[in-house]
Amino acid sequence: MALLEIRDLSVEFATAGGTFRAVDGVDVSVDQGELLAIVGESGSGKSVSMLAMMGLLPWTATITAEVMRFDGHDLLGMSARQRRRIIGRDMAMIFQEPMSSLNPCFTAGFQIKEALRLHTDLDRRARHARAVELFEMVGIPDPEARLRAFPHQLSGGMSQRVMIAMALACDPKLLIADEPTTALDVTIQAQILELLTTLQQEQGMALILITHDMGVVAETAERVQVQYAGQKVEEQPAIPLFSTPRHPYTAALLAALPERATERRLPTIPGIVPGQFDRPPGCLFAPRCRFADDRCRSTPPKPASPELGLARCHYPLTHAAEAEA
Amino acid sequence: MSVQTQAPAQAEAAPALVARNLSRWYEVKGGFLGKPRTVKALSEASFTLHAGETLAVVGESGCGKSTLARLVAMIEPPTGGTFEIGGVKAQGEALKRLRTDVQIVFQDPYGSLNPRQRIGSILEEPLLINRPDMPKAERERRARETLALTGLRPEHYDRYPHMFSGGQRQRIAVARALMLDPKVLVLDEPVSALDLSVQSQILNLLIDLQERLNLAYLFISHDLSVVKHMADKVAVMYLGRPVEIGTRDAVFAAPRHPYTRALLSATPKADPRQKRNRIRLEGELPSPLNVPPGCPFAPRCWKAQPICRQERPELSGAPTLAACHFPEA
Amino acid sequence: MVDASNLPASAGAKRPGQLSEFWRYFKENRGAVIGMWVFAAFVAVAVLADLIAPHDPIVQYRDHLLQPPFWVEGGSWEFPLGTDAVGRDMLSRLLHGARFSFYVGVVVVAFAASGGIVIGLLAGFAPKWVDTLIMRVMDIILAFPSLLLALVLVAILGPSLTNAMIAIAIVLQPHYVRLTRASALSERSKDYVTAARVAGASKLRLMFITVLPNCLSPIIVQGALSFSTAILDAAALGFLGMGAQPPTPEWGTMLAEAREFILRAWWVVTFPGLAILVTVLAINLMGDGLRDALDPKLKRS
Repeated sequence: MALLEIRDLSVEFATAGGTFRAVDGVDVSVDQGELLAIVGESGSGKSVSMLAMMGLLPWTATITAEVMRFDGHDLLGMSARQRRRIIGRDMAMIFQEPMSSLNPCFTAGFQIKEALRLHTDLDRRARHARAVELFEMVGIPDPEARLRAFPHQLSGGMSQRVMIAMALACDPKLLIADEPTTALDVTIQAQILELLTTLQQEQGMALILITHDMGVVAETAERVQVQYAGQKVEEQPAIPLFSTPRHPYTAALLAALPERATERRLPTIPGIVPGQFDRPPGCLFAPRCRFADDRCRSTPPKPASPELGLARCHYPLTHAAEAEA
Repeated sequence: MSVQTQAPAQAEAAPALVARNLSRWYEVKGGFLGKPRTVKALSEASFTLHAGETLAVVGESGCGKSTLARLVAMIEPPTGGTFEIGGVKAQGEALKRLRTDVQIVFQDPYGSLNPRQRIGSILEEPLLINRPDMPKAERERRARETLALTGLRPEHYDRYPHMFSGGQRQRIAVARALMLDPKVLVLDEPVSALDLSVQSQILNLLIDLQERLNLAYLFISHDLSVVKHMADKVAVMYLGRPVEIGTRDAVFAAPRHPYTRALLSATPKADPRQKRNRIRLEGELPSPLNVPPGCPFAPRCWKAQPICRQERPELSGAPTLAACHFPEA
Repeated sequence: MVDASNLPASAGAKRPGQLSEFWRYFKENRGAVIGMWVFAAFVAVAVLADLIAPHDPIVQYRDHLLQPPFWVEGGSWEFPLGTDAVGRDMLSRLLHGARFSFYVGVVVVAFAASGGIVIGLLAGFAPKWVDTLIMRVMDIILAFPSLLLALVLVAILGPSLTNAMIAIAIVLQPHYVRLTRASALSERSKDYVTAARVAGASKLRLMFITVLPNCLSPIIVQGALSFSTAILDAAALGFLGMGAQPPTPEWGTMLAEAREFILRAWWVVTFPGLAILVTVLAINLMGDGLRDALDPKLKRS
């Protein structure tokens, strides 16, 4: 049984201009110890779906789902308090901005020990020992000294390590990393990604990596799910996804990568992601898709078979040659 | 219009931009009763950029690439060194005239357009300030012309910035930079804030504009895959100093400085089948407040010898210039 | 270069405009809407006082001294809210009082805001020592209890409505200076200002054309809130005999004149007091609504 299973998740926000559907019928399932990447551009609803699952959205959000199950617990029928208890212990999340995720008023050590105090029954000394151990685990040199440091004394990479250490404090079964390296430099990004994948393998923890960077996906993920405008448009293991994308959006996105360019002018995807006021009636990608026909413009497609990457498309790409064209 | 009649004779031959030992140091207070300290944001950057050419400046945060952009765009004065634009030294009297020759496009398309101005007036403002005698109709004609040139539509002229997406805003920012017919365009991370699918549209626009207007680009970026696509020449910076300068092909095919190699190997490739042995860089960037003596990269370098910690290497060698005591062959 | 031109006509067209969005947020706050209607009525009364007042506010009807309102025994419809100690019609005086209060509010806010904006922008763009100098002077003004300072100023200038307004404007000005400086400083570091500098814009142009329009929303809110402060302070000065002088039908002055009749004729005190209360409350409610609607931080996305 999957560790986390979400089926048909939708999130709607009440805004001044009416309701806005940020997530539209998304399925997510992660097994124990698996690394899933959710990739998409801004507005694809990739972060919102995870925040919704963790109950971290503001009151203007309406969340509906058919199934939302984590480690045998049904999250749907659960009170906010029960959900928080599970989330703090078995599920953890780290965010894009490590600098603003730490409270600037307290030392890194105080914050990690506070997390341990809330979720474990260790005494003071044991908490300190555990904090040092965690800092060592995430590769922070001289942990005793860093425990006494305030967040402004830490660099971006170091703060992200502290955040990871805090997330690991209770040996979570699932770690959700929301753009964990976007705010970091490339050499630091490489360190953090390596740390995350090593921890995932050594601790047997499941990891959901949310990112917009195809390079990061290619280097880390086992399974990838592509989101567009709040919908999951494709899901495949990493290697076939990059060689034979099934959804025209994935194909176009990969083709637009400068490193895959074959000539000076890059292939582009015309237009922009549909927003609140111009959601097309049929396939959401139809206005930008070069294969779109009348059927695409009028009827929303259903996901195709698993062999075709569950592509949400009327005409999934079937040949590698076509995908590259 | 005296600007254009004076310069051309020498400008034809002279490179669009020459920088000689450009430096920018800041004094910062050292806290309570502390000694004031110097932040060496940029030290001794030298390069030449010709019309129609792109020089990419790459590096991580704090490497001084944005400071370089601000100096060249004349937002801040250098504290050392000089630069020339079209053969004219940028100092004193000449500064005011040269200001129109260098324009800048910023990273964040949401912060770089005045939210209270219509697109038309955003585009016309540079003309209004620098060519006050130009009639209003002429200004409007030019603004509309530039809108079309940058792939925007005529009806956008009367809109406000909040009605546009990030990619369109970046087009507007490019259009504004073009209004004064600059020779050099400083592009400070122009696509970093954009989504992948929009990024390629803007890169194509920049390529087209360069071909059409023979612009020189100073392209600041941290994304090596974009740099590889756009640049003719590449300057790699580390802690305020250029550590390697060369043609794009030379730098990417055979990097000579260890930092360049590390940077290249750390950049993720969008190909899961390609397994690479990555060079693991230990440690963090030192603070520009206390740059280590000797080679700034020595504390993180796997090849560092005692000499690296004592003596700072100069840029030298071929096919690329590298500031390293033990460059790769 | 044609990539963007084949887009469907920009999504922006269908997005609600700024004004209608503002109205949508404002409308949600019921108190603010009520406040706005009361304020509108107040303005209408102030403008039309001459037409709707049944009597001249300073004519004394010697036969009707301290006549109670119509619903109290001894009252009559001739003087619906009764008369004061020298036989002037209360209703007419209240209606004309609205005019004075409105006048005080508008003039004080106009002076305080325009002075404060100019000084604040100057502080935001000037070299550091000028900035420090300006802000320390403002701190000194703010360190005094505002009414006390106004009193001192009026005592120096001599009691009159005009001098009271000048004093109140000076006392309120530092709030605008601080507000303008703070938002000018935060706007100044944004890229669009740098872009204008690269285009060669002069400092004056940067201050007034580029930056100022983007600092206006907090200033508008402050304007609404200090409108009520101005009315309140003017009434207080009037009550202390340092503002409008009798027989001017100013609400504070009316209260002061009626002080000795509090026990005998409740209406001479109650109605001016109520008028001040309702007006100030309405304006404050409206100001709160304005702040909620204009401040992006409080908006829900």
